[in-house]
Amino acid sequence: MLSARRLGKRYGEKRVLRRIDLDLPRGGFLVVTGPNGAGKTTLLRICAGLAQPTEGTIERAATRAQVGYLGHEPLVYRELTALENLELYGRLYRIPERRERVGMLLERFGLWEARRERVGSYSRGMTQRLALCRVLLHEPELLVLDEPYSALDEAGAELLDAQLAELRGERTFLVSTHDPARVEPLASDRLALAT
Amino acid sequence: MSYVRDVGALARKDLLLELRARDTLPAMLLFVAAVFVIFHFALPGTPSRLETTGFLWVAILFTALLGLGRAFVPEREQRTFDGLVLAPCDRSAIWLAKSLATLTFLVAAEVVALPLYALFFHPIHGAMVAAVLLADVGICGVGTFLGAMAVVTRARDLLLPLLFLPLAMPIVVGAVGASVSASPGRYLGFLALYDLLFALVCWATFEYVVAE
Repeated sequence: MLSARRLGKRYGEKRVLRRIDLDLPRGGFLVVTGPNGAGKTTLLRICAGLAQPTEGTIERAATRAQVGYLGHEPLVYRELTALENLELYGRLYRIPERRERVGMLLERFGLWEARRERVGSYSRGMTQRLALCRVLLHEPELLVLDEPYSALDEAGAELLDAQLAELRGERTFLVSTHDPARVEPLASDRLALAT
Repeated sequence: MSYVRDVGALARKDLLLELRARDTLPAMLLFVAAVFVIFHFALPGTPSRLETTGFLWVAILFTALLGLGRAFVPEREQRTFDGLVLAPCDRSAIWLAKSLATLTFLVAAEVVALPLYALFFHPIHGAMVAAVLLADVGICGVGTFLGAMAVVTRARDLLLPLLFLPLAMPIVVGAVGASVSASPGRYLGFLALYDLLFALVCWATFEYVVAE
């Protein structure tokens, strides 16, 4: 699904990623760890297609429509409701039976009751749950998740655990985390980045 | 057909955001009204049609600039650009939808501006309205494109007017010409040609503006 050779990234003089090789087969679950500033987010952005490497090559067997990306920002609009945000992405991803899919995800992530409230009124944890709904909405083949457990309370984290376990094997995962023990049972490969 | 649906969904989102946040249109309306009131009291005697037409276009251009400067603010402040860029729709749909939303705000501001112009200065006529509409298309198309370029830079507030105003000069020439000329046809044709040319350029190259 993903293959990178001697991947590197510079922002001007600053080198943030150096000579990364990785192979992630379809159905794999790669856990990326490393201290702050090691380049985890940059690597994930490159793998999702949001950034271009300045060195090396990357091959991705997934189109834009088949990638689900969760970054540090939820990528939802605060002035819109959860329903309106997911409806927007549902339309852009041309999801058949969009309303049913949106409703099912909101229900699963415990946001159904708050679906008509503006996201600006949500707590950080609720916003992260909505971001996860957005990522899963179009049933992507490749899930690129940058610190997916951040801001989630224990109930939210358990929901995410269950979701990852359900999709494990069916989808391909690239997950960065500061808490590798949490996803260790699911991991097929590990990549530790150093500063 | 799906392209039209994407543009519709994105434009609807932009209009909904403005309806909720109300931070662009009210500013444009207040600005354009204030400019005409200031011109009315600042100009000595009865200014000629030629002079006031120039003021009208200065007011329209700077009102548009106000709206264009805010066009990508939700995406910048809430960092939602990544979500739009990752979506499988043609990326030019983002530009077209944003242009349409800004066009809506500009036309709404002109619904106030033109009657004020007629009240304070001279009556408006058909060619002037046609020039306003054609100029709006060019202003919003080019301005939105440049707004997307400027929004990712630190000097965004400075960069947008610096890039936009030189490119808007042909619009001013065509629009003023159409507003004051006895035969406005060729000026309107010039504005239509400008719109078509720049719309094509923006549509074809927007992909490269939003890609890293």
